[in-house]
Amino acid sequence: MVEELLKEFYQGSKKAVARIITLIENEEPEGKEILKVLYKQSGRGYIVGITGPAGAGKSTLTDALVKLMRRRDYKVGVVAVDPTSPFTGGALLGDRVRMSDLTLDPGVFIRSMASRGHLGGLSWAARDALVVLDAFGCDYILVETVGAGQSQVDVAGVADTVVLVTVPGLGDDIQAAKAGIMEIGDIFVVNKADRGDAEQVVRYLENTLEQGTKTEGWLPPVLKTVAWRGEGVDKLLEAIEKHRSFLEQSGRLEPLRKMRLKEEIIERIEKLIFTRLIKEIHMEELIEQAYSRQLDPLSVAEMLVEEIIPPTGLAGKRIKLQGRACAK
Amino acid sequence: MRKIRVLIAKPGLDGHDRGAKVIARALRDAGMEVIYTGIRQTPEQIVAAAIQEDVDVVGLSLLSGAHLHLFPKVVKLLREQVGDKVLVIGGGIIPEEDIPILQEQGVAAIFGPGTPTSVIIDFIKEKVGAKLQESSKEA
Repeated sequence: MVEELLKEFYQGSKKAVARIITLIENEEPEGKEILKVLYKQSGRGYIVGITGPAGAGKSTLTDALVKLMRRRDYKVGVVAVDPTSPFTGGALLGDRVRMSDLTLDPGVFIRSMASRGHLGGLSWAARDALVVLDAFGCDYILVETVGAGQSQVDVAGVADTVVLVTVPGLGDDIQAAKAGIMEIGDIFVVNKADRGDAEQVVRYLENTLEQGTKTEGWLPPVLKTVAWRGEGVDKLLEAIEKHRSFLEQSGRLEPLRKMRLKEEIIERIEKLIFTRLIKEIHMEELIEQAYSRQLDPLSVAEMLVEEIIPPTGLAGKRIKLQGRACAK
Repeated sequence: MRKIRVLIAKPGLDGHDRGAKVIARALRDAGMEVIYTGIRQTPEQIVAAAIQEDVDVVGLSLLSGAHLHLFPKVVKLLREQVGDKVLVIGGGIIPEEDIPILQEQGVAAIFGPGTPTSVIIDFIKEKVGAKLQESSKEA
């Protein structure tokens, strides 16, 4: 099945892309196998994160941006993420509604995904979908997420350029300053800029943002758009390409990507250890002891970890990864 | 964690989407992932979206009378691309006498106005569950 699917994928089948994303999302072993293969073919695409509060017009803006990219002959992938209801486990994925025109465009692939409980807004599967689209040959991969405060942080860990979209009338100045989201944007967009109070928001952002807020040497521009009319979207694409040039020419792109890789690996290790521990160790007895104050939670955790990593450290185990020693 | 993915679409030209949205929300509340694609979708658009989203179910809502033309078109296009993998159901204003015709053409069920959402939910869960069992036997 894997070979057949990969064959279709390499032939450019959108059906295969979709199937692969599903296999990965459902944590099927075939999904993992394929992801490992496709990862080796990724790295050429450029990832743009588009985030901001609900109602800011992100999907409409994404639609306009993709259309513009298509006019420049770029192949584009879009992953639109919406939150899973913590109560029902279901999700209403409504971003596609705004991108109807793109459904039949052969050079565009759009996938709607639910956060599936992942608190930061981006599930692992959504991140992996970006790799799949990259390997598929997309020049630009857009990942659109709802952000409200901290949940936008995830997208910063995945995108080369983060576009923060906001609208007038949300009391943004306080929200932005509080949640620290000012630090994750490379480009700021005030959408629905035809509203009278848009100027205020633009001015506030311009006054607050400084060079080096996120990346040394880069002053995040503040742009105005009226997404449904496509106004200002050319300036947005221009800014994205300018940011990309800046990162490439200043030599910052590589180290930033390597840092994100490192964070991804660490997170995956945490996730694997957690899953393995829960599966293979009976915690109930330890929990009982902790509850009755015979043990404390810190000791419980230490004891469990020592099962995997001896107190003497890893050097004693001489870990070899694909033949290369990597324990200190 | 496997979720049932459903595409809800309105083919044709009518813009009355309240019913479709009610169903979409009910399915979400039943734990499904629902992609709502909106009004005025062509069968080609619906099928292209269904494929990219790799859905288990396509739900079509139509109030303008063009169901005998548009619903089977969606089924046909889906079958050409993904065989019988996707369950197609419909709702809206569909005269009783048209239902058997539609079912003959591959629409699994028609749920008219007033159908309790629990009926639709149970139907989907049962049929999708059965399809899964079938495909895992083949594998």
